[in-house]
Amino acid sequence: MSGDIILLGLAGVIASGAPIVIAVIGETLTERAGVINLSLNGVILLSAMLGFWVSVETNSLFLGFLAGTLVGALVATIVAFSSITLKQSQVAVGFILAITCRDLAYFLGNPIMGSQGPIMLSSSVPLLRDIPILGKILFQQSLMTYLSIILIFVAWYWIFKTRPGLMLQGIGEKPAAAFVRGANVLKMRYVYTIVGGALVGLAGPLYTLSVKPGWKGTITGLDGIGWIVLAITIFGGWNPVRAAFGAYLFAFLQWLGLVLQPYMTSIPSQVLQVAPFPLMILALLFVNLGNTEWMDRLLATLPEKMRLRAIKIIRTMQSQPPGALGTPFERQ
Amino acid sequence: MNIEFRNINKSFGPVRANIDLNFSIKSGTIYGILGENGAGKSTLMKILSGFYKPDSGQILLNGKPVIIESPADAIKYGIGMLHQDPLDFPPMRIIENFIVGQKGGLIPSYKETIHEFKELQTKFGFTLDPEAYVDTLTVGERQQLEILRLLWMGANALILDEPTTGISAQQKEKLFAALRILAEQGKTIIFVSHKLEDVEILCGKVAILRKGILVGELPAPYQTDKLVEMMFGKVITLGDRNNVSQSNIVFELKNIFVEQYPMRIENVNFRLQAGEVIGLAGMEGSGQDVLLRACVGLIRPISGSVIVIGKDLTGKNYHEFMKNGVSFLPASRLEEGLVPGLTLAEHFTIAGEETKGLFIDKEYFKQKAEKMIDEYHIIGHQSSTVESLSGGNQQRAALSLLRNSLSIILLEHPTRGLDIESAIYMWGKLKERCMLGTSIFFISGDLEEILQYSDRILVFFSGHVSPPLDAVTTSLDQLGQLIGGKGWDQVFDIQENYESNAKS
Repeated sequence: MSGDIILLGLAGVIASGAPIVIAVIGETLTERAGVINLSLNGVILLSAMLGFWVSVETNSLFLGFLAGTLVGALVATIVAFSSITLKQSQVAVGFILAITCRDLAYFLGNPIMGSQGPIMLSSSVPLLRDIPILGKILFQQSLMTYLSIILIFVAWYWIFKTRPGLMLQGIGEKPAAAFVRGANVLKMRYVYTIVGGALVGLAGPLYTLSVKPGWKGTITGLDGIGWIVLAITIFGGWNPVRAAFGAYLFAFLQWLGLVLQPYMTSIPSQVLQVAPFPLMILALLFVNLGNTEWMDRLLATLPEKMRLRAIKIIRTMQSQPPGALGTPFERQ
Repeated sequence: MNIEFRNINKSFGPVRANIDLNFSIKSGTIYGILGENGAGKSTLMKILSGFYKPDSGQILLNGKPVIIESPADAIKYGIGMLHQDPLDFPPMRIIENFIVGQKGGLIPSYKETIHEFKELQTKFGFTLDPEAYVDTLTVGERQQLEILRLLWMGANALILDEPTTGISAQQKEKLFAALRILAEQGKTIIFVSHKLEDVEILCGKVAILRKGILVGELPAPYQTDKLVEMMFGKVITLGDRNNVSQSNIVFELKNIFVEQYPMRIENVNFRLQAGEVIGLAGMEGSGQDVLLRACVGLIRPISGSVIVIGKDLTGKNYHEFMKNGVSFLPASRLEEGLVPGLTLAEHFTIAGEETKGLFIDKEYFKQKAEKMIDEYHIIGHQSSTVESLSGGNQQRAALSLLRNSLSIILLEHPTRGLDIESAIYMWGKLKERCMLGTSIFFISGDLEEILQYSDRILVFFSGHVSPPLDAVTTSLDQLGQLIGGKGWDQVFDIQENYESNAKS
């Protein structure tokens, strides 16, 4: 019986991690092309609200998701235009958009606060759902959750195994070298920024139509998710598989907070709700320990064999950002 | 491929970089383009490789006029350019670098490409591991990768922009051998350089540019004096070594152990006398840069001590070293040495020893900048930003910013990318300081420069440091072997003899 509860819990982690996974992969694609889209937090809120609204009005889940995607793509286009074409600071533009979109979401969302809307139900996969343990965790989910899992591997395959994916890495690493190799750097940066933004926009309605149904204004509890997505992108080392792991880790910590709440009555519930955020930042610091000088000095005191092994582990944990992240490209 | 330039003109604002250039290059030849910094060589090559469009004039390939829109367009015409700073992707593997930009299906076949890569590289005697990451390669190896890639893309003409800067003597040999093979195959090789000795041994014919104008073309064999005169419009002689070292010790390393992954250097003991010049020789990334940075507090040594004029400064930061008369001129001028965006006058303001209170005395620093511009022959104005200066002038500016009373100057590649005239000037200024008792510690990839100007030499080979060698008794060949890891036993024998003699 208790085993079932754990399985159910893990299935819940996969489901509640789905929007984070999708958003993290979107941001990973954008940053791989060398653009930082900092507007995530606002975009997730705005697309969550608008996606929900559209679904309420049309009673169509599909149109709700579509609306969210369009919001994400539209905001990403603003980021792309101002940073790629106008060569303005990506950080400033992204930050302002993050705040603006958030406030817009709360302000415009007033009329539909507390409305009843459609909810995406889970649809289990025949045959696969009967696999012991895994079947319960992975294959009794909603369609969007399946999509999020598939997306992890598609994005990974695209970035690391395909020809355009290699070029994408190049564009983010050293655009001048990609340009010499025939890439249309500006166009590709537009494309990846908009595609990435669209994915982030998909994460919003996934919350309001499935994971945390309904729009409740400021207490919807989505504020902050966008910022954690940015941290997870770094934690993931711009690799979709690792980033997905980070997303699930965050979802797991959130779930743990909920589960532990009844047993830890002495701790205010707010602490447990907020704890996953600082924990995630700590995880981020931990994986990048190798960047510090004192770590180098500490390692140097270890015996040779241990030292080499420790260095290897730290190197694989560390994440290196794309070389040209955040810098505009100019053709000499 | 025959390449012909017809009346090429190109200006950047008021600066005329190329003026009515007319000449042609036959296929199957190695053609040198010689000129000092800012002579217009790079501009012309960037026109040929599609980076710039000429203001007027035509390029003819095999007799047909063409318009080259972009670098990718140039490679379609069969023109590939090897840039001075390799345009590759350091965190990616060699084979991925090789594939990026290649036309083909969605999913590239690694197996096939690796096979082709290996086949191609054996033709030139290169031994690159296709699975290796590019950031583990030396500049020379990255050049080899670029050459292979351009050939694989179908290049019939190769432009090499200052390819011998920052590579070892052995790699240079390999490069030249490969270029000769390519020329025999009928490819056109354009070799852009300001290094006379490279052009002399490699090129069949050479064009000399000065201030954007074609001064003339000469076929091999060359008379060095003639080339120098055409390049600079005057005759230049090299400066002499003058040993002005005094016996007092200004700087000492004791049992230094430093590490910067994956480089570790152990047990370095060394004393520097006042007025002495020490050259640090070795292939790029053999540990010279790590040790040099440890000497100025930019990297903290794990054990051992650094002593400056009797004061133990181990573990102190660069600021503390500076206060004690140590100054460091890094190789990357614009990244570490100067502040892009600030003018020369502003540089003197922030670097100045004068304490002038909270507010800036603009007039004073303007005058100071003008005085220094004059003294150091910097071509520029006190209000010009440092990035608008040419490489040679940036280096002069960096030098002019150093304080007057210094006990040690540490330099990294002080003359890299400079033409002979600027390099000689640079050393002249440094020697003046030596006369006043300043010691110099410098890294260079140019062995001749090391032999020319050092009193003693430290050789580095993958983290090993030789005992100081006397520059007078060391030959170029010996030095070349040492940096390649050969002949080290001998060096240590000499050292042991030296030490036992000293004891007895």
